[in-house]
Amino acid sequence: MSSEAHGDHGDHGDHVEAHGSFRGYLTGFLLSVVLTAIPFWLVMNNVLDNKQATAIIIMAFAVVQIVVHMVFFLHMNGRSEGGWTMLALIFTIILVVIALTGSLWVMYHLNTNMMPGHDMSQMQ
Amino acid sequence: MTTADIAAQDDAKTANAEIAFYLKDEHDHPEGSSTALGFWIYLMSDCLIFAVLFAIYGVLGANYAAGPSPKDLFELPLVALNTTMLLLSSITYGFAMLTMEKGRVAATQIWLAVTGLFGLAFLSIELYEFHHLIEIGATPQRSAFLSAFFTLVGTHGLHVTFGTIWLVTLMVQVAKHGLIAANRRRLMCLSMFWHFLDVVWIGVFTFVYLTGMLR
Repeated sequence: MSSEAHGDHGDHGDHVEAHGSFRGYLTGFLLSVVLTAIPFWLVMNNVLDNKQATAIIIMAFAVVQIVVHMVFFLHMNGRSEGGWTMLALIFTIILVVIALTGSLWVMYHLNTNMMPGHDMSQMQ
Repeated sequence: MTTADIAAQDDAKTANAEIAFYLKDEHDHPEGSSTALGFWIYLMSDCLIFAVLFAIYGVLGANYAAGPSPKDLFELPLVALNTTMLLLSSITYGFAMLTMEKGRVAATQIWLAVTGLFGLAFLSIELYEFHHLIEIGATPQRSAFLSAFFTLVGTHGLHVTFGTIWLVTLMVQVAKHGLIAANRRRLMCLSMFWHFLDVVWIGVFTFVYLTGMLR
């Protein structure tokens, strides 16, 4: 489809480099290897000796790696399909964040407040 | 004169003649010109399925029902190997797309085959892991943690399975018809699907396996 004329749709730009370049794929791959290896190394060798800090750091690495994949493998940019793919992505990210943080937040509080052991001391 | 003014004038003109709520000058959409966007939106909806499964795992992931915990079950070297397989399959698919761009049928087929083999390796390792877990009694019925784990990782595995079937189908298509426009479009869709699965796997190995070991 890359060579098809698009009539009055204007220049989409994405079709020219929709499949990236060798250099792009290689960059993405090498970055991914590094961004995967470091979290595994941190956890497997228990490098930091601090579970909370390790968890936060590996989550950050995951986010960076997802962005790397989006850019170098899925070729996301603000111009492809006239910006509609980016808009769909942003909308999805918003929904994902609401679903994830909402569920975790609500259920965490539910668990803390509804645990049967919570009021044991007053039950004599 | 602003566009609003022009639009108002046009409205006044057409109001006398007839009211049209649609474009009369039908412009041409080349076949498949909207496939990429449509497929992307499908992927985003798939992303929501995984978001819900991740949320379930996040909520139930610590409910062991006095059963085994991630530390008892997960083997990180195996997960690292699995991750490597999927990452390698991602870059080989990228090479398949690059050779496809150059119109080299044989090279494209070879890279697709390599991608498929990496996909199969990933699936084999995952099945081995599931088999091992079920054998030692860590079945999906054992605890909420294991139900959520098998659902999330299993759904991803199913996606990879169907991606592999799709890949074989496309290899047959390319063998029969060559790299025609329709096949290039299909390969591009599978490319998005395949890379998307790799993105989901980043979430799985980080959120399920690595943070599981930290508990």
